[in-house]
Amino acid sequence: MHELAIAERIVEIAVDNAKLNNATRISRINVVIGELSNVASDSIQFYFDSLSQDTMARSATLSFLHKPARFECGSCHAVFGFDERSVVCPRCGSAATSVVSGKEFYIESIEVDQT
Amino acid sequence: MKIKVLKNILDANDQIAEKNRQLFASHRILAVNLMSSPGSGKTSLLLQTIRKLRGKVRIAVIEGDIASDIDARTIAKEKAAVIQINTGGACSLNATMIASGLQNMDLGAIDVLFIENVGNLVCPANIGLGETRRVMILSVPEGDDKPYKYPVMFTQADAVLINKIDLLSLSDFNMSGVTTAVRRLNPHGSIFRISCKTGDGIEEWLAWLLSELKEAQSR
Repeated sequence: MHELAIAERIVEIAVDNAKLNNATRISRINVVIGELSNVASDSIQFYFDSLSQDTMARSATLSFLHKPARFECGSCHAVFGFDERSVVCPRCGSAATSVVSGKEFYIESIEVDQT
Repeated sequence: MKIKVLKNILDANDQIAEKNRQLFASHRILAVNLMSSPGSGKTSLLLQTIRKLRGKVRIAVIEGDIASDIDARTIAKEKAAVIQINTGGACSLNATMIASGLQNMDLGAIDVLFIENVGNLVCPANIGLGETRRVMILSVPEGDDKPYKYPVMFTQADAVLINKIDLLSLSDFNMSGVTTAVRRLNPHGSIFRISCKTGDGIEEWLAWLLSELKEAQSR
C-alpha cells in the first residue's frame, strides 16, 4: 500500500500523543499490523527513517507486531488461518465464518522520555 | 514512560468515508466502488451499463486515474454526469478525494454513482470510500492465479465479474479453477462471467445491480 503516507501518519500520531503527555523525545512506537491489511512494514521503516528526522520521533525504534489472519466458524467454532486462501471452514465446510483478527492496523502505544 | 495510543492509522480516511456513506444514504444513492487491474474493463462495463439502463436509472460516474481525462471524456459521450479525479500519483482513490468530488455533483439527480477506481489490485481493497457496494473485475487475459496473488481484493468484493470471456478459446484460463478459488475466498459474493465486447452475461450483472439499487432505495 502507500507506505509513504502511512509513515507520515505514524509520525503525526506519535508526535501528537507525545506532546499531549509533555514528552520531549519518542524512543519507541509500537504498531500492530494484521495480515489482511496489505501493509509492508519494511517499506514503512524505510520512509519513517527520513520523515522522522526533524521531529520528536527521530531515531525512535519502530516496532511491528504482525497479527496473522484468524477466522472463526459460526457453525462449529473452529478457528483457522489464511494459508489455504480460504475463508470456508476447513472442519465442517460452513461459509458462515467471520474474521477474528488480521484486519488491524494501529499504533498500540509509544514510549517517551519526559524531561 | 509508555503511553497507550490505540489509534487506527487509517482513521482519518475512515471518518471521511463514513461521512460519504451517510451522504449517499441520505440521498438513497447506490454508490459502487469499481476496482480491477488496469485494462480489465471497468470503463467498458460502465459504457454497457449506462447504455442498457438509459432512461431507467440515473447513473453518474466519478472517474479516478493517476493522470488524463480519457475515461471521463468517454463516459461524457454517453451523456452521463461524470467528473474526473486525477490522483497525481496516489495508487488509489481515497475518501477525501470522493468527498471533494461530490461537492461538484447534483446528488439529488443520481440513482447509482459508479466510482471507477485507479487500476490496481492492491491498495483500493484497503481504502474505504464510503461506498455501498464493492465490485471488482478480473479479465481472462490476466490469468487464473490472481485470487491467490491478491486475496484481500477478492475477499472484500460484493461482486466479482470475470470479463473478456470472448477470449477464453485463445487462453489457458481455467474458469472452474478460478470460480473455486474465488468461492473459497468469498463464499457470499456474486460471480458473473461477462464479455463487455459481445454483451454476454451483461443482463445478469444488470439484474444484480438493479436489485442492489432497490435495496439501497428502500433503506
